[in-house]
Amino acid sequence: MNMGIETATKGIGEAGHHGPEIRSDLHVRIEPRESGGLEIELESRVKPYYGDAIRQQAQDVLASLGVRHAQVSIHDEGALPFVIAARIETAALRAGLGVGTSVLPNRVSNPGPSPRDRMRRSRLYVPGSEPKYFVNAALHGADAIILDLEDSVHPNEKDAARVLVRNALRAVDFLQCERMVRINQLPLGLEDLQQIVPESPDVILIPKVESADQVLVVAQKIAEIKDNYGIARPIWLMPILESALGIVKAYEIATASPEIAALTIGLEDYTADLGVAKTATGTESLFARQRIVNAAHAAGVQPIDSVFGDVGDIEGLHAWSLSSRVMGFEGMGCVHPLQIPIVHQAFAPTPAEIERARNIVAAYHEAERKGLGVITLGSKMIDAPVVQRALKLITRARAMGLVE
Amino acid sequence: MTILEKKDFVLNAAGRTVPKTANERRQTPYQGVGKFEAQGSKAASPIRNASGYSENGDKRVADLETALRKCGLRDGMVISSHHHLRDGDRVAMMALEAAERIGVKDIVWFPSASFPSQKGAIDLMASGVVHHLEGSMNGPLGDYCTQGKMRGMGILRSHGGRWQAIQDGEVHIDIAVIAAPTADAFGNCDGSHGKSACGSLGFALADSVYADHVIVVTDNLVPFPCVPWQIQGNNVDYVVTVDSIGDPARIVSGTTQITRSPDRLRIAELVAAFLRDAGIMRNGFSFQAGAGGISLAFISYLKQMMKAAGVKARFVRGGSTKYLVELLEESLTDYILDGQTFDLDGVRSIANNPRHVATSPFTSYNYHGKGNFASLVDAVVLGATEVDLSFNANVVTHSDGRLLHGIGGWQNCLAAGCTILAVPSFRDRIPIIVDEVTSLCGPGELIDVVVTERGIAINPLRQDLIDAVKGSKLPIRSLQEIKAEVERICGGKPRRPKLGDRAVAIIKWIDGTVLDSVWQVT
Repeated sequence: MNMGIETATKGIGEAGHHGPEIRSDLHVRIEPRESGGLEIELESRVKPYYGDAIRQQAQDVLASLGVRHAQVSIHDEGALPFVIAARIETAALRAGLGVGTSVLPNRVSNPGPSPRDRMRRSRLYVPGSEPKYFVNAALHGADAIILDLEDSVHPNEKDAARVLVRNALRAVDFLQCERMVRINQLPLGLEDLQQIVPESPDVILIPKVESADQVLVVAQKIAEIKDNYGIARPIWLMPILESALGIVKAYEIATASPEIAALTIGLEDYTADLGVAKTATGTESLFARQRIVNAAHAAGVQPIDSVFGDVGDIEGLHAWSLSSRVMGFEGMGCVHPLQIPIVHQAFAPTPAEIERARNIVAAYHEAERKGLGVITLGSKMIDAPVVQRALKLITRARAMGLVE
Repeated sequence: MTILEKKDFVLNAAGRTVPKTANERRQTPYQGVGKFEAQGSKAASPIRNASGYSENGDKRVADLETALRKCGLRDGMVISSHHHLRDGDRVAMMALEAAERIGVKDIVWFPSASFPSQKGAIDLMASGVVHHLEGSMNGPLGDYCTQGKMRGMGILRSHGGRWQAIQDGEVHIDIAVIAAPTADAFGNCDGSHGKSACGSLGFALADSVYADHVIVVTDNLVPFPCVPWQIQGNNVDYVVTVDSIGDPARIVSGTTQITRSPDRLRIAELVAAFLRDAGIMRNGFSFQAGAGGISLAFISYLKQMMKAAGVKARFVRGGSTKYLVELLEESLTDYILDGQTFDLDGVRSIANNPRHVATSPFTSYNYHGKGNFASLVDAVVLGATEVDLSFNANVVTHSDGRLLHGIGGWQNCLAAGCTILAVPSFRDRIPIIVDEVTSLCGPGELIDVVVTERGIAINPLRQDLIDAVKGSKLPIRSLQEIKAEVERICGGKPRRPKLGDRAVAIIKWIDGTVLDSVWQVT
């Protein structure tokens, strides 16, 4: 059962799902009343093990939300504590209760702040309304996890997803993955920021950007919230260009704010905007993708490619990701964990490239040692930018485990 | 059932409380791995005379009821059946229903395993026709037992343990009923051909050799000789033909499916990587994996690694499926030794490929014999419902105490060179790594590696394996560490459901001693 909106009967709030097909989630229904305290009816797949704990947690959460009198019915399918708290909070809000309060789970410790130009070969999208995917998302080795509040979340579930993602940022250990959140388009995105920014995500993805102003509005809101909460950690921005106009304005958008770390494209919406079909080779979006690569490089940010939507087509993914790299992208989005190793393989430098980079770096060190002003490899002169690229490639290759 | 009192129980060598008797028969408590040594001679079936059987070799009778009457079916007799037709089997229930029509009571049903489709046996137990069953139970039959409704005590044995019990005379089979996909009128039969083909018939072999009377039931009679024959007609008393011995769709699957869950795929990949990095995957090696989703995926990953390294296995053991058959057909293994066939590709292969060989619990698993194949295997990949910090494991109940699976070959496979449990670290918020297993099925000293999606734990007793993977990129962690992480994720340790103090079944070890009890759950 999935009731995302308030029922016809005023005041009843429901959130979540239950049923034999559901796992790691629960359904909660709150019917406020005038008196009589809290009456909690609980059914749970894990009743013998955590039945008491769930009941206790429900009481605690409701108390924190200031809900004193209500009939509450919970159907649990093995939801973890941070999900239970989120669903109850959302159901209460939908019942018109607990406005302005949140129940925040304990924080796990997170890795240190994320460098602006860290490796972003793969970013695994996780729908913000499907808690079952959160807890093991980091195990699949993507460079980043994107907790999505936008297109993978049904309009009726935006409020629920916001609370789930907020709780996940606190309670779930994402190991070494960069923590990204894709907020909704403005103005809804500003509400998302209010809940998300205090949890110090590393990157905010801004969808459907068509002007530098849109980026500035987001950047300003983030700065405001960081200020209120005393957060020093950087929060980077990644605008997503998904329309013809967005592509036209690519450089302007890429340079809109010093917080921008990367620029990316949303091919589904872009091709829809052009009124063309998506093809396997991507001829229809070639211009757009090349423009992104160019604008990103001119702006000094990372160009990141879109996702490859056909999960079953491994060959197609392999071909696309190779051509993506050749074009100059530094990574792609992933919609399924199985795509990650293929993407990593494609974005890894080849042995030949590593060899060449090594030689350049060796020549550079040699020149330094000898106090020479000019670096040569064989009979060729090597420019400073070439050396920089070679050093970066070796560092990347080392991070990928390709060299010692 | 006789209600046992406290004095009727002892603490065995594993520290588990077990009854001294079961179904009026004295039991030996578990004494440790390799400690109990059986003596004496094997049981034997009665001597028969060829003059008692038709000269033209036609042993057919009108129907199963007639056959049972001619075998002299009486109250309290033991009727056995095999489970090669799995949830599609019709013959076991046909036999029990015929017993009901004949009017006998207190039959002991001795299947090599029971399935949910055989829940009709519950009514027969309630009405007194069947006294109890000895064999694995799950679903409705499992619940019937754990709720304490069965009149006799359940006895859970491994495949090897069942052979051993029959061979040693611990279980005396009066009448064996053998469902046969193909048979001739003399009683030779086989499972590799016919509309209800199931592959091997190994689970019926001991029954055919040791039972007092043997009835073959087939839906595919062929003129003598039935070739190949896995069951010899010289051990058979009667042959019955029926329209159908089972539902083919539930005997074998059309296709077996690799899991699609990314978490389970990760576990499978880690298992394969472990075998590679520990040096177990090498030319001439051998392995065994089941037919579950993780196992099939594991075979798939291992195959890629074998190809990349140019490695060929000497033999692989199954449950055979399409994935194992591919290994054989692509010359990545010399042989498949097959105890049970799970899909049509397996059936096709065993019927046509001389390198795909049917085994039986005698060759694979029997402990009271001169060795068995299971101990020759370099690596085996198994599942589990629970593991504790001493690497003891459970496979028959979940943490709520309800009977869930049979033991199958699981216990017997623990004899492999490297025993790996491939399990998620938690299922539905329920941690798999526990303080103490609910039911002890496998002693920890035999369990070498636990592979979860959150990391790989190696039993400290296996310093050789720990050394072998030093320097690899595998996520090696202690079992304590994984357990602690899971308990944090799940919001603390789960409560242990309270079990009753009445033993409703016993779990036997591979040598016939009693390893643990299964307690009543209301």
